[in-house]
Amino acid sequence: MLTFVARRIVFSIPVLLIASVLVFFFVRETTDPLARLRAGTKDPTTLVREKHRLGLDKPLPTQYTHWLKDFVQLKWGTSFVTNRSVAADMKSRFWNTVQLIFWGILLSGITAIAIGVYSAARQYSALDYTFTGLSFVGLSMPPFWFALMAIQFLVFAPKNWLHLQNPIFYSVGIHSAANAGAVDYARHLALPVLVLSVQLIAGWSRYQRASMLDVMSADYIRTARAKGVSRRAVLFKHALRNALIPLVTVMAIDIGALFGGLIITETIFAWPGMGQFFVTAITNGDTNVILPWLMVVATFIIGFNLFADVLYGALDPRIRMA
Amino acid sequence: MVIPGRDDLSSARAAGAAGTSAALTELATEQAPAEATQAVPVGETVARSQWTLIRRRFLRHRLAVVALAVLFLLYLSAVFAKELSPFDLNPKLTASVLAEARHGPSFKHLLGTDELGRDQLTRILYAGRISLFVGLSVALVSTLFGTLVGALAGYFGGWLDNLLMRITDLVLVIPALAILLIAGQKVKTSGGSSPEIVLVLAVLFWMPIARVVRGVFYSLKEKEFIEAARATGASNRRIIFRHMLPNTIGPIMVNATLVVGLAIITESTLSFLGFGIQPPAVSWGNMLAQSEGSVGTPMAYLIYFPGLAILLTVLAVNYLGDGLRDAFDPQSTH
Repeated sequence: MLTFVARRIVFSIPVLLIASVLVFFFVRETTDPLARLRAGTKDPTTLVREKHRLGLDKPLPTQYTHWLKDFVQLKWGTSFVTNRSVAADMKSRFWNTVQLIFWGILLSGITAIAIGVYSAARQYSALDYTFTGLSFVGLSMPPFWFALMAIQFLVFAPKNWLHLQNPIFYSVGIHSAANAGAVDYARHLALPVLVLSVQLIAGWSRYQRASMLDVMSADYIRTARAKGVSRRAVLFKHALRNALIPLVTVMAIDIGALFGGLIITETIFAWPGMGQFFVTAITNGDTNVILPWLMVVATFIIGFNLFADVLYGALDPRIRMA
Repeated sequence: MVIPGRDDLSSARAAGAAGTSAALTELATEQAPAEATQAVPVGETVARSQWTLIRRRFLRHRLAVVALAVLFLLYLSAVFAKELSPFDLNPKLTASVLAEARHGPSFKHLLGTDELGRDQLTRILYAGRISLFVGLSVALVSTLFGTLVGALAGYFGGWLDNLLMRITDLVLVIPALAILLIAGQKVKTSGGSSPEIVLVLAVLFWMPIARVVRGVFYSLKEKEFIEAARATGASNRRIIFRHMLPNTIGPIMVNATLVVGLAIITESTLSFLGFGIQPPAVSWGNMLAQSEGSVGTPMAYLIYFPGLAILLTVLAVNYLGDGLRDAFDPQSTH
């Protein structure tokens, strides 16, 4: 098991390195670190001096190695726009995104498993068809539109109908300035979590249903039933535990993707996380933020893919030897 | 979606032609309008081509047939937007136009008007042109390119195969939307025309198709009929185009439909964030971007309909894909 894990980690390092080369050249080709300066000054000597100070007058490969060395040492520099330390900002942004991911995974995981198990146990029932239809709708809907509709119907509509001073759920930020408590936090958290969960639930519940049906047609399930084990016990003890293995690995992979995948949700709900950080950086051409952001996200995606592999090996001994 | 087994249906169709059971006739014509007209004499076996079987299985997936019809209507209404709508896309700001600004849905303006008095239904029809154009062209470009690369990689293996696999591995590591936003920022500064957006999206979407085609080619390569073709002296080109590609058409078409849906959603997302189609060109995504501020105001109706248009289109595309998947699957019981 240990060599299996070690081998996977060693294999993922070159992928990350090549990704860093691609990211660096792509970002340097498409964004201009001096754009703001160019717009602000007409003095060519300032530009040349700044170019030299940032090392932009050196050839690109040299710039890359310098950048990589600084990146590994967590010397990420300061934002061109706010002049604040990128590493410190990234850290606080990261934790804000982790909060969304944590609650989103919890809600989506439980809901998706419940739907998947029910749909498989009562295959072709009316409710099974309803869930199938709903998941099609969930996957066909642009998430940003669902977010707008949620704000309209869960924030403004109840507020106007009930003539409330404050809405039940907030649609901006993490907490109100005045009263910050658990309840206030939950009222801010609810909508972004709902929006990010809809697509996860739609995808995962389909997956869990298929995996459940697959397991339930296995011989050992029929044996258990034939031996007189109750339907309920077979469903939850024998079938569900094995049917969870594929879903858990898919969940791990999806969680990795979420670190860079909440761009839309965070932008709409002004949630100060990674996604919003990135959109602001792109709009401002803030290369010092864009580069480490892409690398951090790539690291997490690779990390969770690795975790999924290991998890699969740990849960299903048949995989380990392969 | 559960319908009587295939044998029941074919006998129903045969019986229907003879005019025995009215209910069964209805079922048969509903399931397969195309076949109902060609009455097959009872007791005679007809050789059916592969395409007949596929068409038959597809027509049996009722939702997919409805989806196809919906898409066709959407397409026509976008193409004939000018003829269908009594209003201009961007009417001159005369007093009479402005007098009708900010009006909710009514008989004259079915989906209401915005703050410049522009009819929303008209704008949605015109926007459909760009959204459908982007969706279809991205699917076309990425399918052609992805199939080519996937076929070559799967058939010849070697360095091309290795390169393709490593590139797709790498791309999985970097979030697609992030790359699109960076590219979109560049496109935006150069005007944000739809062909540019198509190209940016196609660069992203060809890879899953290439992987799928590569996989199918990889397994087909070992099949006996390919060996037989090679033994009779068929050239590589002939084997690829005459023997392998026709057997890959199912996965290719299913994936191409999925790409249409994904591309429409992605384009609308990019345009919504301000990195895609730029005004005055109108797409469903940038309509939503322009009316984002109307959420929670009496003009909230402005955000309902462009989103519903996206939902309807993508839902139809996805059901179409579902139907095609069943139709091309020989084991399908549908």
